[in-house]
Amino acid sequence: MDLKGMQVVAIGEREGISGPSLKLLAESAGATVVFSVTQCFV
Amino acid sequence: MDLDDQANVNRLAEETPKDEMIVLLGQPDANSAGLFAETVTRGDPTWAGPLAGVPLGLPVYHILEEEVKESMDPDLYQEHVGLMELSADVDEIVKWVKFYREGGGDG
Amino acid sequence: MPEAAILHTAYALAHAPDFVRHGSKPSRDLVSDPSLLPQIAQALRPWEEVVAYPPNQVFIGNLSPDDLAAIPRPWLDHPVPGASPKGPFGQIIGQAALYGLMMLCDDFELMTISEGLAEEARAAVVGFEDRRGKIVGVSDADLAALIEETDGLTLYHRGEVAGFIRTAHELDSSLEAHVLFENLACKATAVLAVSDLLGGAGIDPADVDYLLNTGEEAVGDRYQRGGGSLSKAVGEVVGCLTATGADIKAFCSAPVHALIMAGAMVKAGLHKYIVVLGGGSQAKMGMKFRAHLRNGVPIMEDCLASMAFVVGPDDGTGMRLRLDVTGKHPIGAGSSAQAVYQALVVEPLQRAGMKLTDVDRYAVEMHNPEITEPGDSGDVPKTNYRTLAAMAVLRGDIERSQMDEFVATRGMPGFSPTQGHIPAGVPYLGHAHAAMRRGELDRAMIVAKGSLFLGRMTQLVDGVSFLIENPASDEK
Repeated sequence: MDLKGMQVVAIGEREGISGPSLKLLAESAGATVVFSVTQCFV
Repeated sequence: MDLDDQANVNRLAEETPKDEMIVLLGQPDANSAGLFAETVTRGDPTWAGPLAGVPLGLPVYHILEEEVKESMDPDLYQEHVGLMELSADVDEIVKWVKFYREGGGDG
Repeated sequence: MPEAAILHTAYALAHAPDFVRHGSKPSRDLVSDPSLLPQIAQALRPWEEVVAYPPNQVFIGNLSPDDLAAIPRPWLDHPVPGASPKGPFGQIIGQAALYGLMMLCDDFELMTISEGLAEEARAAVVGFEDRRGKIVGVSDADLAALIEETDGLTLYHRGEVAGFIRTAHELDSSLEAHVLFENLACKATAVLAVSDLLGGAGIDPADVDYLLNTGEEAVGDRYQRGGGSLSKAVGEVVGCLTATGADIKAFCSAPVHALIMAGAMVKAGLHKYIVVLGGGSQAKMGMKFRAHLRNGVPIMEDCLASMAFVVGPDDGTGMRLRLDVTGKHPIGAGSSAQAVYQALVVEPLQRAGMKLTDVDRYAVEMHNPEITEPGDSGDVPKTNYRTLAAMAVLRGDIERSQMDEFVATRGMPGFSPTQGHIPAGVPYLGHAHAAMRRGELDRAMIVAKGSLFLGRMTQLVDGVSFLIENPASDEK
């Protein structure tokens, strides 16, 4: 799968992978992150 | 999924061609990953938010999926996802996200 | 300078079914869909069920976390026979008592209750002789008139109108009725925990030097929304006449920040007895009620939880605070789980020459999974323990095949109400103390995290941790 040039909506989670982490990872694949959030339910 | 975030995803889906975007998930278990995957494909199954009854059919992937991993910097991936690869039920999470991505849940 | 120790612990649950409708999520949803009210009403648990609910029995100390692990899920289906609302380090009180405590904490006549409720409340509240006179009520007619004529929030008891809390300033959103209600509920439940703490410890409130409040409410008016010092407000009601205090704001990780600070103050010889306290989070009542209704389970966020701890000089009877084995998540550390656990667990242990397997028990986020799983929020403690076990694998302290065993022996099921700062590691302290006294525990690590990003001022997370050890271990 090629993420290069793709627009990514990153839905992270506090107990999983956070929004900022997903953003870094997606950007490392050449994608642009248009929205990122870390869900916290507690 | 948080109701404001459902609204944001809805808006972004309207603004962006489907073949240019993906939703990337980071939930640590199959139930929550499945819930989020279903929300951005078939609509909010809890009927609580703006995506209730709104099937966006977005391409949704989970960070633990092999093909996603391969596209990313390996050291960065190990640093951020390495622990979750060991601690989470990877197969179950991937199974459910894939299920909804491929149009599962009909009928 | 003395070593510091956590000498005493106290926990409380205030059963408050009629407060659920005023929780943040239920109150918002009720505005758009009033038909939810009867649905909420039929899903609320009676007193007996709340007392007998296994996680609540663990919270107050009648059952241990290991006892809970042996009870099959759903725990809702396994009430503890003959359960008592009083435990070795905690108690469960009813709603009338909670209203009574709020009345005696109310120094600005914000709250009015009916004569009927006042009578019940007076009978239910124990102690507080110098303030009991504040638990008085008005006639139903007067109450109805007040509700009709004044801006504020109507309060209920057994589903009926029973009280009112007024907005203190028409033009100040920080002094609106629902804010004052949340703050008063936090104060009252904290007062209960601190009072029980000192009573149980045989410590004269006048011997407390300093108070650190860790609740997450903002106390202030429009010019200083979160100015605070609920700590001193609580101390006043309990009679800590020689103390002052401050509020520690660090989201969920506040109690652990506060315990470390308290330990440092004791070790520096600055104060002798410090009380770290935290009241209940009214905003979180019924937070997941939608998921509970959908799944046909009771609304389990029906109690306000509170807690209090005495930190003082290590006299061999408490849990020694290893201030040399504390962790903090630094700003520059990065947000990955690996960075967080590296900072909070690996590094402090390493500095003390220890491995992850040198700690007998870890206490992480202790949210009751029965509350969180219906909403697909998962089992938070279990997720954290598995991440910790994965860290142990990465460090070479255990094999991958030993992860399940690590989680089972060094972790425990979640049993705390979902009230933010309350579940953050510290519900285990009462159990740790008991286990140390029985000679069954040498070392435990308390690990807390906070979601700072929720305030929209930073994307960062936070975390702090400390090691406690059995003073009797010295003799081994």
